[in-house]
Parts: sequence; structure tokens; C-alpha cells
Amino acid sequence: MATENRPLSPHLQVYRWQWTMMMSITHRATGVALAVGALMLACWLLALAAGAEAFAPVHAFLGTWLGRLLLFGWTWSLMYHLANGVRHLIWDTGRGLELPAAQAGAYAAVLVSIILTAAVWVGGYAMTGAFS
Amino acid sequence: MSLRTPLARVRGLGSAKDGTHHWWMQRVTAVALVPLSIWFVVSMIKLTGADHTAVTAWLATPATAVLMLLFIVATFYHLQLGMQVVIEDYVHGEAMKIACLMCVKLGSFALAVASAFSVLKVAF
Repeated sequence: MATENRPLSPHLQVYRWQWTMMMSITHRATGVALAVGALMLACWLLALAAGAEAFAPVHAFLGTWLGRLLLFGWTWSLMYHLANGVRHLIWDTGRGLELPAAQAGAYAAVLVSIILTAAVWVGGYAMTGAFS
Repeated sequence: MSLRTPLARVRGLGSAKDGTHHWWMQRVTAVALVPLSIWFVVSMIKLTGADHTAVTAWLATPATAVLMLLFIVATFYHLQLGMQVVIEDYVHGEAMKIACLMCVKLGSFALAVASAFSVLKVAF
């Protein structure tokens, strides 16, 4: 059967790297990262329902440097996927598909994701009283 | 000129025999997740450092429980649609592809049910 091993798109090797392509790949990568994050959300909710003893180690883990690093990564992933997702929804209306607009949208989505991530973490640390 | 048969065009199901259902549900859940994920992140900021008692009290209010259930449904529905496409693109062996798709579809459904049950247990 010749159909077994046909090459399938996307062909990552044959294109010259460019911004809009990076945005698309990053959208996927952050989507996969967020799927792992959803696993953490499920663990967090299950531990919460199981009681205080079960919740304590999950709560403690998320406070460690590794837990915070993961939460930071998921925050940026969510903000990027959200901003770039809105870009996709705008494209679905038929707008913003010309090259200059697609490029401008790419810069805007990255900028928005960085600003929102910073805002979330400044807000989080403010809640712990880190700035007072 | 179209190379497709008139019957194929009338059915409008394309080569995947699925039409636009996957695409449409991805957009529907995406639109739902815009406000829901903003609500979730703002809630998590407010809950920074909160212990079991505080988080339980927060989740036990009806509005929070309902929003969390909606967030769970939209998240896991959107997740399995996205992961399906990633698997279909990168896992080329037919048996491995089906195994991965089964894992994602059944796994995300199980996690959604477990998460929703947890919310209800805390809320009631």
C-alpha cells in the first residue's frame, strides 16, 4: 500500500522562516502547553474537592520555584493563545489577511501577550503584599 | 471549474467527510473562552496564596461554580479539538495516530468530568 507513508503537511523544513510562520507555530506550541496546564487545573480541582490534606501538597508545589516557573509559562501561553486566537477570529471575518495587516497583527499579539503576562504577575505579587 | 462531483459539492463534507463541524466548534468554544479565561485569570490573581478554606469558600458561591463549570466544558472541548489536529498532522503511523486520538478524546472527557465533579462537590 503506497498510501501508508505519504508525506503530510506541514513541511517545516522547506520554508524560509518568517514572523507570521513563527506566530502560527507558537500558537500550536502554546496550545499543547495549555493542554498540559489543563491537566494541572484538573489536579488542582480534584485536590481541592478531596480536602485540605490533599490540597496542601498541590498548593505547596505551585509555590515552589518550579511551580511558579510552570505557572509563569502557562500564563504567557494563555495570553499569547488568547491574543493570537482573537487574531484568528478577526481573520474569520475576512479582515486583516493582507500581508502588512498580518504582520502588524503578529507584532500586536506578541506585545499584548507580554503586557498581559506582566500585568497578571504584578497583580499576583501585589496580592501577596510583595510591594507594600 | 470544480473537479469535485456535483454530489460531493451538495454534501459539502470535504475529504475528511466531516464538513465544517470541527472548525465551527473550535470557533464557538474559542469565543466562549475569551471572557471565561479572562475571568479565570483574574480570579487566580485574587486567589494568589489562598489556602484550602479560602479557595473552597470562593468556589462554593453559585456564580463562581457555574462560571468554573462553563470554563471546564469550553476548555476541554477546545483542547481535544486542537490536540486532534496536532496529532493528525504529526503522528503519521495509522495505529499510533488512532491510539493518540483515543487517549486525547477519552482523556480530556475523563478530566472534564473529574473537574466538573470536583466543582460540584465543593459547591454542594
